[in-house]
Amino acid sequence: MKAARMLACVVLLAVCAVSLAAPWFAPAGYAKQFREAPGSAPSRQHLLGTDEIGRDRFARVLYGTRISLLLAPAAALISTLLAALVGGLAGYLGGVWLRLATGLTDLFLSLPWLFLLITVRAVLPLNVSPVLSILITFLILGLLGWAASARVLATSAQSLRSSDFIVQARASGLHGFRIFLVHVLPNLKPVLYAQFWISIPVFILSEANLGILGLGVAEPMPSWGSLLRELEGLMSFREEPWRLVPLLLLIIVMTSFQTVLSKEEVAA
Amino acid sequence: MLLWRVVRHLLAIAGIVLLGGLISATLVRLAPGFDADERQLDPSLNAESIRALRASHQGEHNIFHYYAGYLSGALHGELGVSHVLGQPVRNLLRDRWPVTLRVAGVGLLLGWMIATALAFTVSLSRFSAYEVLGTTVSGAFLCIPAAVLALLSVIFNAPGYLAIALIVFPKIYRYSRNLLARAYGMPHITAARAKGLGETRILLWHVLPMAGPQMIALAGITVSIALGASIPIETLCGLPGIGQLAWQAALARDLPLLVNITVLVTLVTLLANSGADVIVHMVRSREA
Repeated sequence: MKAARMLACVVLLAVCAVSLAAPWFAPAGYAKQFREAPGSAPSRQHLLGTDEIGRDRFARVLYGTRISLLLAPAAALISTLLAALVGGLAGYLGGVWLRLATGLTDLFLSLPWLFLLITVRAVLPLNVSPVLSILITFLILGLLGWAASARVLATSAQSLRSSDFIVQARASGLHGFRIFLVHVLPNLKPVLYAQFWISIPVFILSEANLGILGLGVAEPMPSWGSLLRELEGLMSFREEPWRLVPLLLLIIVMTSFQTVLSKEEVAA
Repeated sequence: MLLWRVVRHLLAIAGIVLLGGLISATLVRLAPGFDADERQLDPSLNAESIRALRASHQGEHNIFHYYAGYLSGALHGELGVSHVLGQPVRNLLRDRWPVTLRVAGVGLLLGWMIATALAFTVSLSRFSAYEVLGTTVSGAFLCIPAAVLALLSVIFNAPGYLAIALIVFPKIYRYSRNLLARAYGMPHITAARAKGLGETRILLWHVLPMAGPQMIALAGITVSIALGASIPIETLCGLPGIGQLAWQAALARDLPLLVNITVLVTLVTLLANSGADVIVHMVRSREA
């Protein structure tokens, strides 16, 4: 199991490193059109062929991987911080605050995640610049994905509330927010880490879902969602199997995350 | 005690559904281009018609006024008219709901059957190959986005409910496998085996009572997963259900339709979760 986790870590690091070095590995920019070769098959010049408007698919996979792999952790960070603030603080304060936070998380969790995500994304501006569309997509993921983590953190913080060291800190004259920052939050670290790591694959999949439905990152910027959207026109796998590469890469990355995270999930 | 639990659940459901509807309405109201109507660009319309079109949206500008009106209408069975589809929302929901119910219902049933059959086989089998097979297959499907499964079902000409089944299957399998592994690992199960009890008897009398309540709770959660997955699946597979309708309503910023769908989806999700909770409570109190 340890060897499998090591292998998964190596795969994740390799994919991250290659995608970060996209400008060196890619034969062209993600938006450059080779108008003489639209929809071409793989060749020495275009390792995965070109899409229907002549953009190099290999370059788009590299740049798309970079966007998805860099911004999903950023969204996970936002959601974990929000969860710590709402769940952790409410769990520590207890009483009305806890009931309010529980009601709020119940409200968020009462709607299916994909329904909530698609509805909120669809009512926000759709005709925006590619960079803004990236920001909107991943901000939504971060701002809406905190509820499940908040519930876990509230329970953990609640159990810390009556622990000896908190009672002693209170008896020593420390008050409210300072106890939370200095004593409660550091003790929530393992749960926070676990929630952060668990959120990353969830957000990667969510972005892919949004992208396939045309609500994710705007063209010409690539992401796994927009790359997977190319499967829409596919009639059979035998036709153009190289179009499955983004899906295979996504499966490899997600499997690696699952293998690495198996321990974190238990901790959460 | 049970009655109080049911009442408490119903009150919570009512509160959350009302709040969910209000938030959804506010979100759509604040969305850019909310009251823009394509028909206003029609050159064949005269100034009076355009004024009438604008006036038709006036009632939606004050969100609290709109929502109070909506709730009062809903109490009398009047859910408003969809701006985009030009039909009463009640008719749209009545026509589309059976499609979603069939796709999500059959998908859930199939997903549960595959997952529990595999989980029981893996738990009872002494071959580690089954364990590897179960983990690999469920892990692979966990890695594929719902929308990709929808696209694959279109390519392979597979029914939409199969995609739903494959979305819920890995979650059910992994959870129930862990529950069964924990239950089968208990000392009293080992003792029962040592005394010569058959596997069926052990399963029915010792394992299921332990794992059952948590599996019932999981059933409530999988309803929410299936409903969420029905949006990309119905949209990409061209199935005219509530998921596709939600998609159309969100893109067109159709306030009456979106508020009703939000209320409906929230209600179904909460009822499923609360129903599961009440059943678990009943099972546990009977055991006690």
